[in-house]
Formats: sequence, C-alpha cells, structure tokens
Amino acid sequence: MKAFGLLVMASGFFLAIAALVLYSAPASRAAFVLCGVAVEGLGLTVAVRGHMAAARGEGR
Amino acid sequence: MMPITDSAFALCLALLLFSPLAIAGVALVNTGLGRCRSAAQALLGNLAIVAVTAIAFALVGATFIGGMGHVLQLAGKPWNWLGTAPYLLGGLGTAGPHAQLALLFEFLAVALVAQIPWGSGADRLRLTAGCAIAVVLAAVVFPLTAHWIWSGGWLSQLGVNFGLGAGFLDGGGAATVQMLGGVSALAVVWIAGPRKGKFPKEGLSTALPGHNAVYVLFGCLLALVGWLGWNVAGALIWLHAPLSALPVAAVNTLLSASGAVAATFAITRLRFGKPDASLCANGWLAGLVASSACAGVVTPIAALCVGFIAGIITPLLVELFELALSIDDPSGAITVHGAAGLWGLLAAGLFAPLPGQLLAQIVGIATLLGLVLPLVYLLFWLLNRVVPFRVDSDGERIGMDLHELGGGAYPEFVIHRDESYR
Repeated sequence: MKAFGLLVMASGFFLAIAALVLYSAPASRAAFVLCGVAVEGLGLTVAVRGHMAAARGEGR
Repeated sequence: MMPITDSAFALCLALLLFSPLAIAGVALVNTGLGRCRSAAQALLGNLAIVAVTAIAFALVGATFIGGMGHVLQLAGKPWNWLGTAPYLLGGLGTAGPHAQLALLFEFLAVALVAQIPWGSGADRLRLTAGCAIAVVLAAVVFPLTAHWIWSGGWLSQLGVNFGLGAGFLDGGGAATVQMLGGVSALAVVWIAGPRKGKFPKEGLSTALPGHNAVYVLFGCLLALVGWLGWNVAGALIWLHAPLSALPVAAVNTLLSASGAVAATFAITRLRFGKPDASLCANGWLAGLVASSACAGVVTPIAALCVGFIAGIITPLLVELFELALSIDDPSGAITVHGAAGLWGLLAAGLFAPLPGQLLAQIVGIATLLGLVLPLVYLLFWLLNRVVPFRVDSDGERIGMDLHELGGGAYPEFVIHRDESYR
C-alpha cells in the first residue's frame, strides 16, 4: 500500500511537469500543475494510511 | 551571474564559518529530544554523520553537483538534470570565488541534510545505518537536488524556460537542505517503524518525552547563529543579492524565528495551560527553517508573518503526526524541517513580487514530494536490505548507548525500569 501510494505520488509529479510543457496559458498551466500536486496529495494519503496500518498492527 | 567582489567574498566566507553552529544546534536538539539511554549514541551519530557526509560528498557527490551539466532536450526546452564537475574536487583551488563559496556552502549543507533523518530515527536506528543513510544522501540525492535548484539545473531555469518568475527560489536551503531532510526523515520512520511501546495495539500512543530540555533549548540558540550565517551567505551566493540587502535577510531570519516561537508559545499555553519547552523549541526551529526559503526575498513584516504561521502549524502537526497518523518522530523533524520548509517555499512565492513565482515554487515542492520522496524511499528500502536500519529488540530494551557503545552518556544516573517492557 505504501509503495502504491509512492507510485501515485510520482505520477502526480509527472502530471505537473507535463502541464508545464503542454500548456502555455498561465491559468490552464497553473490549474494542471495543481492537479498534479493534488494527485501527489492522494498518493501521500495512501502511503500514510499504509504506514498507520503497519504501525498499529505491529503494536510495538 | 554577478561577480563576487573581494569584500563580499570575505564576508561570505566568514558567515559560512559560523554556519556549523547550526549543525551543532540541531545535534543538541536531536540528542535532547531522545531518551537518556541513547544520548551518547545520538551525539556520536551526529559527529559520525558530519564526517561521513564530508567524505562521501568530496569523493562522489561534488562531481555531480556543479559544472555545465548534462542537458536533455525535451519539448524544445533544455532540462539540465546532472552536474559535471571535475572528479575528486579537482581544480577547486583555482576555481572562481563564487564556485569556491558555493562548494563550501554545499559541504556544510549536506551534513545537516543527513542529521535530520538521524534525529527522527532516534532510539532505534543503528549507528552503521545512520552512516549508510548519510552516504546515500551525500553521494546521490543531495547532489541531484542541489544541482537542480542551485547550480543551473532545470528547477532554477523555470523562469528562463517557462516564464515562471526567477525560477525556483531557495536562498537558504529550505528545499535542498530542510525539505530534503524532512522527506528523508519520513522515509526512515516508515522503514524503521516506531519505537517499542510507542503505539500499543489498543489505546493512545505512549508519551516518550525527550530527556534534556536544556540541550534542546541551547541547541535552538546555537542554531540561530548558524542559520543567520546560512541565510545571509545563501542570499549572496544563490540569489546574487547586493551587500545592502544582506542585513534585511538577517533581520528576516530573526523575525521569522521570533514570530514562530511566540506563536508556538501561545498555542501550547492555550492547549495545555502551560507552554511546552520541546514544542517551543520545535517552533523556533520551524521559524528558522521557513526563513531559509524567503529571508532573502521578502520584507521583514512578511518574514514575521511567515514565522508566525510556521509556529502555529508546528505544534498542531507534531500532535497530528503522532496521535492520528502513528508517525513516531522523536525530534519532530518531519514537521520542523519538512512541513515548515514546504511552507517557507510556498511563502517565498506568495510574498515575492514576481509574476509566476508562486507556480515555480509549487513545481519545486511537487518535485520534492513526487520525485525525491519516492526516490529516497526506494534507495533507503534497498539499503535497509543490506544494512538493517533498526536495532534488535534487546538493543532497544537496554538502550542504544549500552548496546552500541558499551557505556552510557550518564554513568552515574539511575535508570528507571521502563514500564512498557513488562
């Protein structure tokens, strides 16, 4: 789950970079970069949830 | 690039010679926030990390950080992604003054990067693992990010290639040092797991308070001196600020830290009835970290606001990470260096008066979160297969000092029995 979240984060980064290359208008470029950041946020959430399950499950 | 005059060179060199005090301050904070039975190992680890990063950076990392760089042509734009400096610091003595100062700055910065995850892994991270992590950061990850941000890499060229302000701005190392250290700390905590007894299967997490508030608070004062040197020298080296702008950068650093500690003091006073010393220390450091991004580019009042907000979010995030997200971070580094660094970088875009600057800062943050964090996690995950990060349960029970060093930091202390191991 953690690895999956990190992969989603990486795809968010490439989305942000693609927005820089594909769009020249400031508004659409900013919107798509923010979409990339949002995808990174989703990936981070998944990774953190994976860590929480592991940390509590181990009951260290 | 503006040429550096003799007086600017001398000033910058003097400032950089003060910046190891930031390293000493963070080492004291890391040690004080850990447990007394791991104090000697924690401080020795900081010393070892400074040594190991200097060697690894000189032998490998410095080669990939500067120079003209390898350039990829993508969509008609140049993407400078890797430096090509001479091997083994060749030609350093005859390099220009800017190149010499830049390399000295990077030598000192890389030590702090590796100290940050060491603090987060306190009380369970083996000394060998801490040194191995430092090698990976100094030889691979730091050179990549520092080249992208400081040495003409693609992030610093966002302004030229895409019209985004002046490109990604990071005068004092909020991204290259602090946020990189913060994401490395997160990766270490994820891989090493929490300390034994920290998160029981049922009930709330167990409080494991730091053992020496005096170390922590004195470390904060030392860190201020180092940070002043770093931010002012960084403004000169990376932002090419004129000499007349340097006092403002110093004032901004102090104001940001002051605003942050005042906010944390008030928040902890409101929440707990009394101010919390370790959280106030974290707030102070968070203010310094946030100032690293923006001290050279914002007004003093904006710096105060940046610090104030950093001081508000720090105690709340420390609590959120521990209680809600089960992240065991004894030094609070993920919040102090990662989150406050992120906020500082964003604030530099918000308060800097350049069109497109905010988007440049967001792209830089997206790179650190979306590319550098997964890369660091992957490298650390592989490293953990070769050099296990976590000490065995017996070592954790008796403490890292006895287990790894054979003697404690405070031999005359009576160590109380730990209830969590019954």
